[in-house]
Amino acid sequence: MIKEYNTIREVAGPLMLVEEVEGAKYEELVEIELPNGEIRNGRVLEVDRDRALIQLFEGVTGVNVFQTKVRFKGKGMELDVSEDILGRIFDGQGRPIDKGPKIIPEKRLDINSAPINPYARDYPSEFIQTGFSTIDGLNTLVRGQKLPIFSGSGLPHSKMAAQIARQAKVLGKEEEFAVVFAAMGITFEEAQYFIQNFQDTGAIERTVMFVNLASDPAIERIATPRLALTAAEYLAFDKDMHVLVILTDMTNYCEALREVSAARQEVPGRRGYPGYLYTDLSTIYERAGRIRGKKGSITQIPILTMPEDDKTHPIPDLTGYITEGQIVLSRAMHRRGIYPPVDVLQSLSRLKDKGIGPGKTREDHADVFNQLFAAYARGLEARELEVILGEAALSDIDRIFYRFAENFEQRYIAQGEDEDRSIEQTLDLGWELLSALPTIELKRIRPEFIEKYLPRFKKKEESGD
Amino acid sequence: MDQGRIIKVAGPLVVASNMQNAKIYDVVKVSDKKLMGEVIEMRGDEASIQVYEETSGIGVGEPVYLTGEPLSVELGPGLIQSIYDGVQRPLEKIQEVAGDLITRGIELPGLSRDKVWEFKATRKAGDKVQEGDIIGTVKETVLVDHKIMVPPGINGVIKKIEDGNYKVTDVVAVIESDDGKDVEITLMQRWPVRKPRPYIEKLSPDEPLATGQRVIDAFFPISKGGTACVPGPFGSGKTVVQHQLAKWADAQIIVYVGCGERGNEMTDVLMEFPELKDPHSGEPLMLRTILIANTSNMPVAAREASVYTGITIAEYYRDMGYSVALMADSTSRWAEAMREMSGRLEEMPGEEGYPAYMGTRIAEFYERAGKVRTLGSDNRIGALSAIGAVSPPGGDLSDPVVQATLRVVKVFWSLEDKLAYRRHFPAISWLTSYSLYVPNLEKYFETKLGRIWLENINRAMSILQQEAELEEIVRLVGLDALSPENRLVMETAKSIREDFLHQNAFHEIDTYTSYDKMSKMMEIIMLFHDLAEDALKNNVSIIDISELPVREKIARMKFIPENRIEEFDSLKNEIERSFKELKEKVIAEA
Repeated sequence: MIKEYNTIREVAGPLMLVEEVEGAKYEELVEIELPNGEIRNGRVLEVDRDRALIQLFEGVTGVNVFQTKVRFKGKGMELDVSEDILGRIFDGQGRPIDKGPKIIPEKRLDINSAPINPYARDYPSEFIQTGFSTIDGLNTLVRGQKLPIFSGSGLPHSKMAAQIARQAKVLGKEEEFAVVFAAMGITFEEAQYFIQNFQDTGAIERTVMFVNLASDPAIERIATPRLALTAAEYLAFDKDMHVLVILTDMTNYCEALREVSAARQEVPGRRGYPGYLYTDLSTIYERAGRIRGKKGSITQIPILTMPEDDKTHPIPDLTGYITEGQIVLSRAMHRRGIYPPVDVLQSLSRLKDKGIGPGKTREDHADVFNQLFAAYARGLEARELEVILGEAALSDIDRIFYRFAENFEQRYIAQGEDEDRSIEQTLDLGWELLSALPTIELKRIRPEFIEKYLPRFKKKEESGD
Repeated sequence: MDQGRIIKVAGPLVVASNMQNAKIYDVVKVSDKKLMGEVIEMRGDEASIQVYEETSGIGVGEPVYLTGEPLSVELGPGLIQSIYDGVQRPLEKIQEVAGDLITRGIELPGLSRDKVWEFKATRKAGDKVQEGDIIGTVKETVLVDHKIMVPPGINGVIKKIEDGNYKVTDVVAVIESDDGKDVEITLMQRWPVRKPRPYIEKLSPDEPLATGQRVIDAFFPISKGGTACVPGPFGSGKTVVQHQLAKWADAQIIVYVGCGERGNEMTDVLMEFPELKDPHSGEPLMLRTILIANTSNMPVAAREASVYTGITIAEYYRDMGYSVALMADSTSRWAEAMREMSGRLEEMPGEEGYPAYMGTRIAEFYERAGKVRTLGSDNRIGALSAIGAVSPPGGDLSDPVVQATLRVVKVFWSLEDKLAYRRHFPAISWLTSYSLYVPNLEKYFETKLGRIWLENINRAMSILQQEAELEEIVRLVGLDALSPENRLVMETAKSIREDFLHQNAFHEIDTYTSYDKMSKMMEIIMLFHDLAEDALKNNVSIIDISELPVREKIARMKFIPENRIEEFDSLKNEIERSFKELKEKVIAEA
């Protein structure tokens, strides 16, 4: 029995206080009927004796304290799912906006799923080839991982994410990824870029999109990623699909969260973000993963723009503590015209060790990437010296590393928007670049691999000269 | 059963009225879903309750049931190899009853009630026993003899005791206590998590906890019974350091608390530990490990409880006379859980919104570590070492949690992202880390490895410090401006960094280094340095020295297996020969 109340006491910011309520539940879904008949959705944030504090997803414009009606729905927010959601576009609250038919639900799922039992998880270890050398070779992505892209305004993160969605595959298997895309507060052009991209490549057939644009209600964004992940969980664990979830832009999500927190006058943590931002973000990111005995998987690529490119800002900072690594984009590289402008030294994939090696990529992978990192880092140090003292002041060995770093950026990091490198190509390219260094400097590579792989490239170079 | 009524729900905080019979820190069951919670504040008959499970769907008017007991853990055989959530519910069992997701209101005992253990009595009827005395043992795993102790507070004469097969709740002995009552002893006892377990006295630490990690063991050792913290920004390798310690630390029992961290990381531990072999015993590491996993997306209040659950279990094994190491990753998440609850209680915040009592709680936690003389008449010595990771925002060490931790711990392993970017792992900075145990441990090292080890370590450290100073000069005027002696210092420092401090956790040999091998490695580096210094005096050029082919072998000495340690002698000979040849060449040219 749904009760209707017209005892609204207060409306302020995105919040509404209703009095004389009986039996309201925490997190319950609420329907608000405006005097003009418009229906809006909200959710209970707090119940205190006979008062219920409600967060309105679509804002408070036009709400009248005396003539608005409130109905408590007796359940939390749910998403209707069936296999027909593939290829469809929904708004930030899960309602179709592509003029297609309503989804006839096979199931209704609570958008806040319970945490996965760590004991039931399967460790992500299947290598995903993205076609990017910087990711495959150095920051390997595996199925079930959550690997965010830390970007800045104006950097080509969308281009990169779309390319990953296009190229991602697991070697030796023909299965393609289903893509769940959640847009939170991004511009129409950005959203359109993804839609167009998915349409052009035919990927739209296996894509579900949840779109909340910059002009859409901000508070709605709090629900959007949860809807997307609920759809992803359904596809992965009920329908055995491998799902790639792209969430963009998490910064807008966090700002919506801050708006609600500020309206509730909570004690703020850093930069006005609520103290529970970490916990809240974890309930999104931790929904990536694999479950033992289930075929499907959820791999997450959240995108966030770092305010002022500052990695210590609470949003990238707390994200980095939850996700399994990060791909950091660098403005300096972007200015030099390098695409993808990945800051290799700051990027990291924590799960790479399980996804690489014999049987997965190649036996020499771990050593090669260790060596490439170390050599590139040393090359950058030499570059610093060169800036101050000029190239002439560098020692011979420093000069070799200095050149290595240049080559590495131009040939290894940089690649075309349509260039889909195989892992073999990526690894061989690494060896080719390393062959320019004296063998004694290849300390991170096991001697047996040096013997096996290096001669192929050393020779090539000599004969090429 | 006593019953209250909910009047407010705000996230993990529930307020109930009609709770006059509740006590602070009593466990209660919230609503008919039986969600577990703990009373944290009382005002009149209104109790504030932190709920260990998700509270969505809970509303005003629902009942709260009192249990009259504080949050306690079950201590007995079966703890080892278990994986628990923050309030000691076995995750394996949860999966059996609830499937892949952790649903709500699951009530499960910490110890299996069905499993039968073979109890061997070590005392007999008629013996006089006191609290803490061992009355028998149970072989818990190949590695662990679980000692059944007389629970604290009980002294008397054994009336009955019998060998046999028992479940944890079966009575294995009866003690007639001094006040004339019969006390039944089972394999299992309960202990409230927020109360430290008693001991006779604390002792000062004098033995290192070998970890197999060179930078730690050589330069910043932690003692058995010591406390350490590992602060560092994300990506600097905190968790890898914690995992390495859990794998290789020379402790008999490991308690690993994953407090608000990643689910996949806990899975990694779960899948890897049963396969890894303990270097001391050759048995799987899991046979000495207890895991507590409260991942970041599991309820925040249970995260707050998880560190207490962990340290209480660790204290219990310490009481048996074992050396126990507890790793908590990460204590920042624990502090954040405190902050979240404090915010919901609308308490006046301290720094950065953390509650004013955070520092006290952290200090109390670390003070539960230590080397102690345990209860019991046999003068057992047990040690509990506690190592906490801290995740300061942006790696900023002025973070209140870091500062509160540094005030109590004695070892500081400072992880730097700058080192991590260069892929120097473990990324423990040799310039800012410290260990206050070094003076206590000197005597131990001197008898075990000789005076030379201490001297080499001191010299190596001073070379590293000189390097930091020289680097400034190089940055300004270039390497060529340095004198050959200073260039040698740079070369040796580089060798210490790359050939000694750098350690690959994922390499099958490099992942663990014994003190013996470590001292050999250090000797080689110092030998090279001494001979090079001497050669410089004999007009050998620094370029020739740095290009000696034997240096490649030095770079690879970390991969010499522990059982082929004699290879260091031939390496030594080769270094000596190389320098002799160099000198002869110079003389011949002259």
